[in-house]
Amino acid sequence: MRDKRMTLDEVVGELRSGMTIGLGGWGSRRKPMAFVRAILRSDIKDLTVVTYGGPDLGLLCSAGKVKKAYYGFVSLDSAPFYDPWFAKARTTGAIEVREMDEGMVKCGLEAAAARLPFLPIRAGLGSDVLNFWGDELKTVTSPYTDESGKAETLIAMPALNLDASFVHLNLGDKHGNAAYNGVDPYFDDLYCMAAEKRYVSVERIVETEELVKAVPLQQLILNRMMVDGVVEAPNGAHFTLAGESYGRDEKFQRHYAEAAKTPESWQVFVDTYLSGSEDDYQAAVKKFAEEQA
Amino acid sequence: MTSTETITRAEYCAIACAEIFSGAGEIMASPMSTLATIGARLARLTTEPDLLITDGEALIFSDTPAVGAKAPIEGWMPFRKVFDVVASGRRHVVMGANQIDRYGNQNLSAFGPLQQPTRQMFGVRGAPGNTINHATSYFVPKHSSRVFVDKVDVVSGVGYDKVDPANPAFKYLHLHRVVSNLGVFDFGGPDHTLRALSLHPGVTAAEVAENTSFEVAGLAEAGVTREPTAEELRLIREVIDPRGLREREVQA
Repeated sequence: MRDKRMTLDEVVGELRSGMTIGLGGWGSRRKPMAFVRAILRSDIKDLTVVTYGGPDLGLLCSAGKVKKAYYGFVSLDSAPFYDPWFAKARTTGAIEVREMDEGMVKCGLEAAAARLPFLPIRAGLGSDVLNFWGDELKTVTSPYTDESGKAETLIAMPALNLDASFVHLNLGDKHGNAAYNGVDPYFDDLYCMAAEKRYVSVERIVETEELVKAVPLQQLILNRMMVDGVVEAPNGAHFTLAGESYGRDEKFQRHYAEAAKTPESWQVFVDTYLSGSEDDYQAAVKKFAEEQA
Repeated sequence: MTSTETITRAEYCAIACAEIFSGAGEIMASPMSTLATIGARLARLTTEPDLLITDGEALIFSDTPAVGAKAPIEGWMPFRKVFDVVASGRRHVVMGANQIDRYGNQNLSAFGPLQQPTRQMFGVRGAPGNTINHATSYFVPKHSSRVFVDKVDVVSGVGYDKVDPANPAFKYLHLHRVVSNLGVFDFGGPDHTLRALSLHPGVTAAEVAENTSFEVAGLAEAGVTREPTAEELRLIREVIDPRGLREREVQA
């Protein structure tokens, strides 16, 4: 079986500007932040991003990497809740958005996963979602009528086909079998099913036998058909939470949000945390925690 | 046990939020704020024992804990399964709102133009799916004319004037109640417009009118929100919210 282990920068080397990428996790929960930081280090730009957004989207916006965003929400999940970099990109009109109901994101990924052009969904009808999308979102009328003889007209959610997906899970092997732990898988399997190239970072790479002994069968959400590259990235979801591995680094997330307020404070944040390697980031984050203790 | 004078505005809000779930039966109660959470749990401990409630993340509680506390669980409800519940209709959500208009259109997304807002909030979240699929209510802790507006900037929660009667896909839209720090409302006015059902003790019709951009139906006739029972007060103060978080969300 293929050994799919890669480095963060090797993964980003397979990306191209203008791609449509999916980012797993949810808000400030188990986000593939090490991948996001690797994209920040690269000269990739003009990305279209599909996400249940959090600081992943915020960081990409801070570096002007995002051209268009498809999302159900953007939240830091704790105060100040609204991501400041996403907010800035929006209020300056820097990104074009296809905002949608949260359930429409799941629906669009499921359509892509099943290679369908669309799936019908009720969510979106009557709301401004239709105006966010314009001609890009259409309705479909049922060929079957209800008992009163009327046909339902529903949103035809288009497939959210992705060029690449990035997800972060707790444990995996070098072939791409991988598992979450904690209370929620989020939608990471769907992102991988919807994408051409699929990259998973994990807290720890173990032998297959150890992986399947470590978790119940139901937590093995990725199999080899769903993964092209595996990166070992301990603390790779930081500063978002990661199931049973660690909680959210609330202090650092607040620091991130505060730092976004002025060009000067953001430059300091970039210099301290985002101007070196992932190892440099992790060392600086450790130092921050010690100073704040 | 307790005289009327000592009952706070937040406690009237708590029982009004509980009454949102009267007759709801065996469905998932999804309150999105402190007072709405207190209300749902109060309903579950009094008249609506079959409600399903969660920890707000992924666990279904078996018992009914205090706000912020843990409890034994009875099931699993990760986000993906929540969307299945939404589509099934077996849910009643109580959302917040940055703006609500007289037909029940709601905004929690952003202010200003869609592609270049003046202020960014969450985006539409689950509001379009919630409102089109199952019972939806709103809780507004600070009733003002900036919230109750003539026209919302972004329609995230669908209002009654958006319903296409020829399309049965809209048939499950039901906006049940709006509870604010001033009173209890529904959309039972002419053409499904906002109507006052009761005002909390001490609140005048003039105060509601001053703090609402549009005319509120039934405002002159609205009675007073009922008194909580002694048992409800005990549950609110001693069991569900002993730390008094309700008083932070709704000031007297």
